[in-house]
Amino acid sequence: MKKIVTLLLVAAMLVTSVAMFAACGGETASTDDFKIGFIFLHDENSTYDKNFLDAAKSATEELGLSEEQVIFKTNVPEGNECYEAAADLADQGCNVVFANSFGHEPYILKAAKEFPEVEFCHATGTTAHTENVANFHNAFASVYEGRYLAGIAAGMKLNEMIESGKITADQAKMGYVGAYTYAEVISGYTSFYLGAKSVCPSVTMEVQFTGSWYDEALEKEAATKLLSNNCVLISQHADSMGAPTACENAGVPNVSYNGSTQSACPNTFIVSSRIDWSPYFKYIINNAKNGETIAYDWCEGFEGGAVALTEVNEAVAAEGTQAAIDEAKAKLISGELNVFDTNNFTVEGKKLESYIADVDTDAAYEKDTEAISDGYFHESEYRSAPYFDIQIDGITLLNSMF
Amino acid sequence: MNNLLTMLSPSALHIAKRDDIVWWKAWIIRIVSVVFALIVCGVITIALTKLNPVKMYMTMIEGAVGTPRLVWNLLQNTAILLCISLAVTPAFKMRFWNIGAEGQVLVGGLATATCMIFLGESLPTPLLILVMAITSIAAGALWGLVPAYFKTRFNSNETLFTLMMNYIAIQIVAYFTLEWSVHKGSGTPRTLEFGQLPMLFGQKYLINILIVIVLTVIMYIYLKYSKQGYEISVVGESENTAKYIGINVKKVVLRTMAISGAICGIAGFLLVAGTDHSLKSETAGGRGFTAIMVSWLAKFNPVFMIVTSLLIVFLEKGASKISEVYRLNPSFSDIITGIIIFFIIGSEFFINYTVKINKTSKEGSK
Repeated sequence: MKKIVTLLLVAAMLVTSVAMFAACGGETASTDDFKIGFIFLHDENSTYDKNFLDAAKSATEELGLSEEQVIFKTNVPEGNECYEAAADLADQGCNVVFANSFGHEPYILKAAKEFPEVEFCHATGTTAHTENVANFHNAFASVYEGRYLAGIAAGMKLNEMIESGKITADQAKMGYVGAYTYAEVISGYTSFYLGAKSVCPSVTMEVQFTGSWYDEALEKEAATKLLSNNCVLISQHADSMGAPTACENAGVPNVSYNGSTQSACPNTFIVSSRIDWSPYFKYIINNAKNGETIAYDWCEGFEGGAVALTEVNEAVAAEGTQAAIDEAKAKLISGELNVFDTNNFTVEGKKLESYIADVDTDAAYEKDTEAISDGYFHESEYRSAPYFDIQIDGITLLNSMF
Repeated sequence: MNNLLTMLSPSALHIAKRDDIVWWKAWIIRIVSVVFALIVCGVITIALTKLNPVKMYMTMIEGAVGTPRLVWNLLQNTAILLCISLAVTPAFKMRFWNIGAEGQVLVGGLATATCMIFLGESLPTPLLILVMAITSIAAGALWGLVPAYFKTRFNSNETLFTLMMNYIAIQIVAYFTLEWSVHKGSGTPRTLEFGQLPMLFGQKYLINILIVIVLTVIMYIYLKYSKQGYEISVVGESENTAKYIGINVKKVVLRTMAISGAICGIAGFLLVAGTDHSLKSETAGGRGFTAIMVSWLAKFNPVFMIVTSLLIVFLEKGASKISEVYRLNPSFSDIITGIIIFFIIGSEFFINYTVKINKTSKEGSK
């Protein structure tokens, strides 16, 4: 009996102390200072999250925000924890809350409805343009253009291998490690492939999906499988160091994503495309501070500095890579060149004249918007997040992960 | 046992089993061990990060209970962990190593989600919630019964069996997550609109917490005062004794595992309908395994489990606040919580054993 009494007493003590702390903490200090909170799916060990973290640090430093004004929450899963994290940031007085993972969206939306005075911005999401919640915003960048340029670097490397007699033109096969068979990934590998094809017409590509956005072991395994299929160059759209490491171990060139992997893979890294989020962060901070509205669906490319390429690793890349990239970039900016020009790819041997894409979110994946006009597929124009999900000729999917 | 320990210990020390320690002495040992843990963590904090440890502990407390929202969040998470701990306890008391709670929670959640998706539009909410609760309890119980049946029928190893059942459950849920995901192929589960548990007094987690409190009381009474609870302890102590006094061991094993799985099913129901409103393979979040520690730390006493589950969740929430405020890699706060839990588990050694200075060896060295 004594034991139970003690236990109950301890429990009571804990509850009262909890309540006391709650009472103290409840009165948040009133301050006019601007605050921004960031929610990240993982931490800096993920290339995807590191890209966001670095951009958030540089953007907030540049705008002169102190460390107290910038709150980072890392390792926030795509579940109710995300809603709790967003609500806690709002409680801490954040004027803007940003979340970086696709699966955070419904929870951020829920928080946005609960805190109408706080601006909620979400990267890679798709529902802001149909939800019409005034303080909820999506953002992405036309990174498919960056991948196209990275593809050019890959194609140049293949040409070098063909010229040196290392492989024949028919053996110019690339491998690609993808996360899911999902529009963002499909758009990414297709633009990468088209970039390579623009300089190396005989190129083919195999894609292996992992079914996870971040799984180092699976990504490494997928890359190893592609290498054993005689792929002579690898690229990836998944967020760990799995594929680049596998390439470095095998001595096979790698075109990376999310940022440079050169320090870990000095002998195989060619170039990496990435989204530079700092322009967006500066934009939302400035607009929130000045009381201006934030675009519900923000999308920028090279011109706004949102899509960037790392420096080319001259030790691995073929000669003249940088010049070829610069030339194509200028054409993309001027509009002379379109990545998804329907003259440059075929579907089941035929040129594509019309494609209705699933732009507006609904549970039935209903296709709703004609995306092909003026001779090219209009990616990231009707909403910021990619919706190109066509299987084109020349790319073989080894598996699929829906 | 005593001799064995004496042989193993250094000659100057002598370890003896305590007969029965006075309850307040046990508590002094526990409190001292926590103080030691905090000191060790403080030293490590200064050495590795140059932070003020006292400030760091204050940050931890603030992160766990700093605002009313955080308190509710803490209580909600405690309730779920406690619920799963309650579930594994009767099995453990029976010496049936059910480490399949993770899977049992997930199938409960899957049953709930299935009802929310397919019956959501046709049934009125109260009836829907009732159906959800019943199916998730049944699904959890079934998932618990499978290894129990094989144990009683073929004497299979329940540890491996329940563990394997987790992986099956995780993969089934992963399959349906993709199947039901809103964006084709994105792997992001859809939000389940129908059949969400209602708010009580404007608090969304209160209903979860109340349900678990009721469960705790029932489990305490069941284990301590009911005939079935007594049968569980007898089977756990010695199967032969149980057989000798006429207990149907097979029946007790099956019944207890059904109960264990059923309560896991309730946890899955609360997670999907009460907090997450979605389902994916990470919904249980490893709590099926953490619950094992909660249950053992509390020595299978449901009331004590309130304290141990609160402690674990408190440390977890506090730790993530440390990495938020000081921008440290979360691994550092994991080290801190690991040390604290290590000391708490270690204190049980000093409660069960006493270390004495060995007089005979002293004399021998003279």
